[in-house]
Amino acid sequence: MTVFIIRRLMQSAFVLLIMSLLVFVGVFAIGNPVDILIAADADQAERDRAIAALGLDLPLWEQYLVFLKNAAHGDLGKSFVFNQPALQLIVDRMPATLELAFSAMVIAILLGLPLGMYAGFQPHSRTARAIMAGSILGFSLPTFWVGLMMIMVFAVQLGWLPSTGRGATATVLGIKTSLATWDGLAHVLLPAINLALFKLSLVIRLSRAGMRENMLMDYVKFARAKGLSMRRVIFVHVLKNILIPIVTVLGLELGSVIAFSVVTESVFAWPGMGKLIIDSINRLDRPIIVAYLLITVTMFIVINLVVDVLYSVLDPRVRLAEAKA
Amino acid sequence: MASVIERDATTEAALPVETPFRRFVGDFVRSRVAVFGLALLCMILLIAVAAPWISPQNPYDLRQLDILDGRMPPGTASMSGYTFVLGSDDQGRDMLSGIFYGLRISLIVGVMSAAIALVAGSAVGLIAAYFGGRVDSLIMRVVDIQLSFPAILLALILLSILGQGMWKIILALVTVQWAYYARTVRGTALVERRKEYVEAARCLALSHARIVFRHLLPNCLPPLIVVGTVQVAHAIALEATLSFLGIGLPITEPSLGLLIANGFEYLLSGKYWISFFPGIALLLTIVSINLVGDQLRDVLNPRLQH
Amino acid sequence: MLLKLLRTALVAGAVLCVPFAASAQDLTVGLSANVTSIDPHFHALSPNNNIAGHIFDRLVHQDERQKLTPGLATEWKVLDDTTWEFKLRQGVKFHDGSDFTADDVIASLKRVPWVPNSPSSFALYMRAIKESQIVDPYTIRFTTARPYPLLPVDLANIFIVSRKAEQAPTGDFNSGRATIGTGPYRFVEYLPGDRIVLQRNDNYWGPKPPWPRVTMKLITNDPARVAALLAGDVQIIEAVPTQDISKLKNNANVQLWRIISNRLIYLHVDSFRDQTPLVTDKAGAVLPNNPLKDARVRRALSKAINRPAIVERLMEGEAIPAGDLLPDGFFGASPKLKPEAFDPEGARRLLTEAGYPNGFGLTINGPNDRYVNDEKIVQAIGPMLTRIGIATKVVTEPWATFASKGSAPNYAYSLMLVGWGSGTGETSSPLRSLLSTVRPGFGGSNRGRYSNPKLDAVLDEALATVDDEKREKLLQDAGEIAMNDVAIIPLHYQVNVWATRKGYAYTPRTDENTYAFEVRPAK
Repeated sequence: MTVFIIRRLMQSAFVLLIMSLLVFVGVFAIGNPVDILIAADADQAERDRAIAALGLDLPLWEQYLVFLKNAAHGDLGKSFVFNQPALQLIVDRMPATLELAFSAMVIAILLGLPLGMYAGFQPHSRTARAIMAGSILGFSLPTFWVGLMMIMVFAVQLGWLPSTGRGATATVLGIKTSLATWDGLAHVLLPAINLALFKLSLVIRLSRAGMRENMLMDYVKFARAKGLSMRRVIFVHVLKNILIPIVTVLGLELGSVIAFSVVTESVFAWPGMGKLIIDSINRLDRPIIVAYLLITVTMFIVINLVVDVLYSVLDPRVRLAEAKA
Repeated sequence: MASVIERDATTEAALPVETPFRRFVGDFVRSRVAVFGLALLCMILLIAVAAPWISPQNPYDLRQLDILDGRMPPGTASMSGYTFVLGSDDQGRDMLSGIFYGLRISLIVGVMSAAIALVAGSAVGLIAAYFGGRVDSLIMRVVDIQLSFPAILLALILLSILGQGMWKIILALVTVQWAYYARTVRGTALVERRKEYVEAARCLALSHARIVFRHLLPNCLPPLIVVGTVQVAHAIALEATLSFLGIGLPITEPSLGLLIANGFEYLLSGKYWISFFPGIALLLTIVSINLVGDQLRDVLNPRLQH
Repeated sequence: MLLKLLRTALVAGAVLCVPFAASAQDLTVGLSANVTSIDPHFHALSPNNNIAGHIFDRLVHQDERQKLTPGLATEWKVLDDTTWEFKLRQGVKFHDGSDFTADDVIASLKRVPWVPNSPSSFALYMRAIKESQIVDPYTIRFTTARPYPLLPVDLANIFIVSRKAEQAPTGDFNSGRATIGTGPYRFVEYLPGDRIVLQRNDNYWGPKPPWPRVTMKLITNDPARVAALLAGDVQIIEAVPTQDISKLKNNANVQLWRIISNRLIYLHVDSFRDQTPLVTDKAGAVLPNNPLKDARVRRALSKAINRPAIVERLMEGEAIPAGDLLPDGFFGASPKLKPEAFDPEGARRLLTEAGYPNGFGLTINGPNDRYVNDEKIVQAIGPMLTRIGIATKVVTEPWATFASKGSAPNYAYSLMLVGWGSGTGETSSPLRSLLSTVRPGFGGSNRGRYSNPKLDAVLDEALATVDDEKREKLLQDAGEIAMNDVAIIPLHYQVNVWATRKGYAYTPRTDENTYAFEVRPAK
C-alpha cells in the first residue's frame, strides 16, 4: 500500500512538471498580457517598462526556468494584476469554491441517490418516469441559463433568497466559511443547486442503473430467500454495490465541479477560484493560471488516490497491487 | 455469469428466427417512450440534414441579414416578404432558420465529439485495464492530467491558439472528454476481467482482441452508454458555455448553444423568443438522444436479460 | 414546468419585487468590473481608480463632465510657459488624523514610479514633470521640460497618499495598513472578487457624503447585476445593459440616470501597409495593393454603415452617432464635424471611382467582451459592407487575444472595431494615441498606423500651446484634418447609464465612474 502511494505521488510530480510547461507555453501563445493590462494612453516607452517589470522581456525558456527555480521554494510567482503571490490569492479564494462544490455534491447525493434508487427499484412506475424525465432536464439546459432563471424566480420575483454574492462568514476550526451562518447558507443555496443540477442527473442515472442491475443479481435472490427484509437487502447489500461506480464518478466529478464552478461563480458573482481563473484568463494573468492549474491538478491527483483506495475497500476484487496505476 | 456464456452459445447457434438484430429491435420497441424518442430524434436529424432546403432564410449568409429586421416578435413579416414564424434575433436572423441550421451544427459538434471521444477513450481504457502494469500506469497518468485540466480552461487555451471553427471546437471537446470514457471503461473492466468468464475465454486461448472486444467491451457497455448519452448532451451544453464565455464558434454561424447564449442577454427584457425557442430545440434534441440512449442501455445490458 | 418557469421569469421584470428593506444608513453598489488592487499607484485601471477616488483625493478633480475642479489644490496657475504653481488646501486631515501638506504630495509623486511590478504605471501622468519644488507647506511648483498645457489634467490622475505610505508595498494597501487618504470614505475591507467596504470620513473637507457605510459589490455578469438591483440587493448599478433598458424604464421601482460618455466606438483602418493581410480578392488571395490606403475607399466604408440603425436597433437608443473624436461640447470637438450619412449608393460610386467597381473581400475583427454590444455591432457591419459589394467576413474574439493580435508589433488585422474613452476629456488624448504617426510618446494605440505629417504638425503645436483658446482651435483643426481624411471611421459615442432603486438619485458622469458619495437620497 505504501509503495503504491509513494510511486503514485512520484508519477504525479512528473505530471505536474509537464503540465506547468504546457500551460506556460499555452498562455504565452494566447497573447501578451501587457497589451491587455496597460493603460490605453500608454506609449511605447511605458509599454517596454511594463514588459520588463513583469519579467516578460526574457526569452520564454528563461522565464520558465525562473518560475521553476522559484517554484522549488514554494513561490509560484506574483499575479500581474494583483501584485500578490498567486498561491495566496488562490488559497484565499479556495474556501468559497470548496463550500460551493461541497454543498453541490451534498445536494446531488442526498437528492440523487434516493431518487435514482427508487427509479431503479420501480422502473416502470409513473414516478420513476417523471424522475428520469426530470434528470434529463438537469443536463440539457446550459448552466448559465438555468442560473439566471433561478435568480429571476427565487430572488427577484419571490424574494426568498439573495440574488448574488457570498454571505457573512464565520470562523470554524480556523477556516472562514459562509456555511456556518444563516446568511451564508441563504446565499449559497441558489448557486449550489445550480452547480448540482448536472451532478444530480448523473447520480440519479448511475444509481438507477446500478439498482436495476443489482436487483436481478443472484445475491439479492439468495438474500431474499434467506428471509432478509427488502429494506435490509436494499440499504445494506445493494447500496454497497451501487456505491462503487458512484464513488468513482463523483470522485472524478469533484474536480469537474470545481472547474465548472467557473460558470456558476460568474453568474452568481461568487468570489471563488472559478471566477478568479476566468478573470485571470481574460487578463492573461499567467502566474495565477499556472498556480491554479497546479493546485487543482494536485487536488485532483489526491482525490483519485483516495478514490482508488476507497475502491479497493468497497470492492475486494480490485486489489491495489494491480490497480497500481 | 452463466447467462452470458449461454447467450454466446445461442448467438453462435444462430437460430433462424431469433437473429441478434431482430431480438435487439424487438427489445427496443418494447418501450413506447423509447420509440417516441427515436422518432423524435429521426425527425430532428431529418430537419438538420434538410436545413438548407426548408429554411426560409440562409442565416449564415450575411447579405440576407438586416438589423432593421432585428428583434421582431414571432409572426412579424420580414422586409423581404416571408414571415418570422418564431421571431428574429437582434441581427435580423430568422429564428426558425437559425434553429434549423443551429441544430445541424450542435448535433455535429455533440455527436462527433462524443463519438470520437468514446471510441478513443474506451479503446485506451480497455487497453489499460486488460494489460495492466506499466501500460496501465502510464495511460492512467495521462488520463489524470487530462481530467484534472478544467475542461473550460483547456478548451479556452486550445481555441485561443487554434482560432474559431466547428472542427476546432470538436477537437477541443474530444480533448476534454476522452478521458472520462477511458476511466469509466477501465474501472468497470478492472472488475470484469477478474470474473470467471474472462478466465474461461483465456483458457480457450482466444486472442487478446477477441477477448477485449467480444467479451470485455460488451460488459463495459452499460456504464459507457450512461456516460456517453450524458456526454453528448454535455458536449452540446459545453459548446454553449464556451459560446457564453465568448469563444468557440464564429458568431456568424451560430449553433443552438450560441443562439441561446446570444438571447441570454434578452431574457430579462421580455424578448423571450431569442433564447426560448433555441432552448426548446436544444431540450428536445437532448431528451430524444437520452430516451434512445436509456433504452439502448437496457437492451444492450447482458445482466438485465432474462 | 419549464414553460411555467420561463413565464414567471419573464413577467418578473415588470412585477413589483421585494419591498425595499435595506437600512437608510447603508448603500450597496453593484459594480460591473473587477477591482484588482486598493493601491492607488499600482495599476492605471479605471475600476481601481474608481475605488481609489473614494479613499484618496487628487490635487485636481474632474466634475461629472470632466471639467477640472479644485481638489487638494485650491488653485493653480502658469508662472511662465514651463513652470506651474499649485496652492494646496489648508486644514485637510488624513484618515489617521495627520495634516495634509506639500510633503505628502512629494511623497506620492515619488511613490508613483517606485511601485514594483506595475503592469501599467501612473508614471505616464508624470512624464512632463522635470522637477517638483516645495515653496512652503501649502505651495508647490512643477517645472516641465517643454510648455505642457495638460499638466493639471495629468495630475487629476494621481492620487495623494500619506507620506507615511511612501515605501508601502501594494499588499499594505489591500490589507488597509497603508490605506490612509484624505477622501470622503475610509477603507474598511477589501475582499478580492467580492466586495469593498467603506466607512464615511466624518472629517472630510468637502460636502459630507450621505451614506455612513458603503459596500461596493463586484457583479460583472450583466443580467445578474440587473437582477441584483431588481431584487433590492443593491441600490445602484452601473453599466446597465442596453437590452434591459426599455424594461427598466417601465419599472416603477427603478430609475435610470444617463449621460453621453467620453467613449467613442470606431473602426480602425490599416491605412499604412501596401498589402494588408485581411483584404483579399473575392477568391481569397491578398490584394497586391491595399485599397484602404485610398481615402475614397475608407469613406465608402463609412458611408455604407447605417449608424442610426446601429444606435436604434443594437444600442436601444443608448448611443449617439459619431463624426468626430469626442461629442460636441468636449474640449477640442469640432462643431463642423457631423456623422457620415448612410448612403450605400454614394459608397458604391466611391468604390468605382477608386477602381473597385466589384468591391473586394475583407475581414472585420472585433472584441466580444470589451465594449457595449461590441460583438453585435461588428456583426451588423458585416452585412452593411457586403451590400456595397465588399464581401465581408466577421471574426470576434475575447479582448485577451484580440488586443495582442491587433496591436504592435503584430498588427494582424486590416479593419477592426475598437473604442476610446478620453480620460482627459479633450481630443488631444485620441489624437495623440490613435491618430498621430507612431513615434516615441505618440501613436501608442494607433492600430492602423495612420500617418499624416500635416496632422502631426498641428497636434504638436497644440500640445505646446498653453493658452486654452488657441489650443482648442488647433485641436479642432487637427480633428478636422483627420476626419476629412477618414483616418478612422467613427461609429457612435456610448451613453453611460446607471440604474437606482426608487428613492435614490445619481449624478451621471461622462467618465463612467460610480462614486458612492454622489449618490443621494431623492426627495
